[in-house]
Amino acid sequence: MSQYYTATDHFVLLPAILLALFGCATLLFDFLIFPEAKQRRWLLVFLVLGEAFAGVAFWRQQSFLLEHGGNLTAFRGALVIDHYALFFHWLFLAATLITGLISYRYLEVRDEHHGEYYGLLMLAQTGMYFLASGTELVTLFVGLETMAITFYILVGFLRADRRSNEAALKYLILGSLSSGFLVYGFSVLYGISGSTRLSEIAAAVAARDAWDPVLVLAVGTAGAGLMFKIAAAPFHMWAPDAYEGAPTMITGYLATASKAASFALLLRLFVGPLGPARESWEPLLAAVAVLSMTIGNLAAVTQTNTKRLLAYSSISHAGYILLGLVAGSPTGIKGVLVYLLVYTFMTLGAFLVLTSLARQGMAGDDINDLRGLMKRAPGHALWMLVFMVSLAGIPPTAGFLGKFYIFWGLIETGHYTLAVIGAVYAVVAIYYYFRIVKAVFVEPEEAEAGPLTVSLGTRVGLAVTGALTLLVGVYPEPVLRLAQMSISR
Amino acid sequence: MTETVFFYCFAALAVAGAILTVTMRNAVHCAISLIASLGGVAGLYLMLHAEFLFAVQIVLYIGGIMVLFLFVIMLVNLEAAARERQFHRSWVGGLLCAGGTGAMLAWFWLRGAGTLRLPPAVQPTPREGGNVESLAMVLFRDYLVPFELASLLLLVAIVGGVMMAKKRI
Amino acid sequence: MLAPVTTAHYLVLSAILLLIGVVGILTRRNVIVLMMSIEIILNAVNVNLIAFARNLDQLEGQVFAIFVICVAVAEAAVGLGILIALFRNKETVQVDEIDLLKW
Repeated sequence: MSQYYTATDHFVLLPAILLALFGCATLLFDFLIFPEAKQRRWLLVFLVLGEAFAGVAFWRQQSFLLEHGGNLTAFRGALVIDHYALFFHWLFLAATLITGLISYRYLEVRDEHHGEYYGLLMLAQTGMYFLASGTELVTLFVGLETMAITFYILVGFLRADRRSNEAALKYLILGSLSSGFLVYGFSVLYGISGSTRLSEIAAAVAARDAWDPVLVLAVGTAGAGLMFKIAAAPFHMWAPDAYEGAPTMITGYLATASKAASFALLLRLFVGPLGPARESWEPLLAAVAVLSMTIGNLAAVTQTNTKRLLAYSSISHAGYILLGLVAGSPTGIKGVLVYLLVYTFMTLGAFLVLTSLARQGMAGDDINDLRGLMKRAPGHALWMLVFMVSLAGIPPTAGFLGKFYIFWGLIETGHYTLAVIGAVYAVVAIYYYFRIVKAVFVEPEEAEAGPLTVSLGTRVGLAVTGALTLLVGVYPEPVLRLAQMSISR
Repeated sequence: MTETVFFYCFAALAVAGAILTVTMRNAVHCAISLIASLGGVAGLYLMLHAEFLFAVQIVLYIGGIMVLFLFVIMLVNLEAAARERQFHRSWVGGLLCAGGTGAMLAWFWLRGAGTLRLPPAVQPTPREGGNVESLAMVLFRDYLVPFELASLLLLVAIVGGVMMAKKRI
Repeated sequence: MLAPVTTAHYLVLSAILLLIGVVGILTRRNVIVLMMSIEIILNAVNVNLIAFARNLDQLEGQVFAIFVICVAVAEAAVGLGILIALFRNKETVQVDEIDLLKW
């Protein structure tokens, strides 16, 4: 090991190396060993193994941090491992694993089961690793793009389906536009600080007035790019279409892991180096949050496509999560992390149920396809009820916990109006989530629909997401402790 | 003096090329205007003492990406598209959004000119081994992580490009 | 006679290029032209970065610009691939004819 690649560097980078290696191995083995479509299920073994190895590496990092305290910085401040980053790494790992496990039946049914899928999932997770751990603009930007470009491909993975092509193209063009804005903001940040490291940018920002025009320009352009990535209004127009056209489990992955990764970057930037300029961005962020909740909740009411409905609901959830950042107090930031965690599990769970509805020649994403699910697959129907109740934020499910901490943070910091607006829209949200519940339980089933064929992966995924959604709701202490640990630096 | 003249020449080339790119009817003409614009920007790189990037801009951008664009233009049939409307129905709204962005940029830069506090541009330090060698030092020492990550990014792009464009995989 | 060129000149040029790119993306229908507009935007960013690097007498900005070019290549490659896949299924490159999903 040299001066430029020390043992610490290796220890910090190891999970990303493992993920990238297993991702590349999947790509290789796909055409070397498994040319037949039937055998491709075995590639899941690579995914599970890769995640297991990465998990062990994360575990070792976590126990190191617990033992020695503090953070691990590597590559001269380009990467950092702290509890905050590890919180997100565990989240990405769980989301990727669940998405991979539930995918094969859907891909086989839609006749697009290729090994590249699993490799791309792992490479996307590698990109996310750098988003949560990066503390330097170039690393963050390239990591973000690795994730984003992988998602463009995954959204367009159903190559014979026009909706999927169009969704991918639209996502790519608007995504590239937002990346352009983001990197323009980064370039201005570089210009005013003379460095790409966040620690030095923090010093340069702190030396400036919060309303300094150049600083506001940098925050505005970079912020607009990030708002796009988390699908917050008015930069949300890609989300409903991309969500609708993508393969269903990729929609779930996009709504959870991609959003969480972008939030990881957003929090790292806005709480860290841009924190001193809070005065200038707080009102903007509050406006974006209120607009997201308004557009998300009101547009969701009229949707007839379940994926579009959940897309608008995810826009409104982005608004709620932003409110935690607007509050800015430790409770609010803790609320953001808790919300992201529970949101990931309940949303993935809901998309998992939708994924299993796909049959030969149909995507199963119309709200009518959910009719009579209670008769066809009672287990699925009951889990769907849990996820919908949780997404609506009704106790005792996990969704309530997230909203509770966000609202608590808002009240603590005196943002009463925002708290009231959030609470009102939470009531609106109950209406459209219960439209889904009504379709599942009350409305009569379609004549020709038989019982669902459910793959083993789906059963496992449902059990995990469902159990966590319920468990975190009734026994939140471990999650709260984890979130608390992540924000104490 | 000569420097100023060159700057305005290159800047005019870059801006004119860019404007033609977004207004021309035929996609091939757009691509050629874009090449002119990229060439103008390349000239500016040279004036900013970024010799390596000048080469990269010419070889990679103009030689690589633009050829890719031209290939795709040849591959998909654009004759129909060239005869149709070039702007969408909601172009007024789009223009308004863009105008808003422009006003924001202008306002912030004009207001910010005073507070930017850029140090006066100094003569570049002559670096041993020239631009390429000193660039390599920075790239492979301080930016090792993004460099390695960029290889993954390109791998993803290759896999994605092949997957999407190939009929049977 | 002519004022000497300063970093501010480059920043203004970069802002103009960025604006032209945004106008292109928001008004044109042809997908290929949209992708070219994205290239213009990324070039604007590069001008910004290199002008700052020159002003600060650093090389970091130039290195950043290399990565921006790299990302631009990747985006163009994937975007054109998706465009070909779309063209195979539906013979159009006009964004507002992508009617299943409203633009």
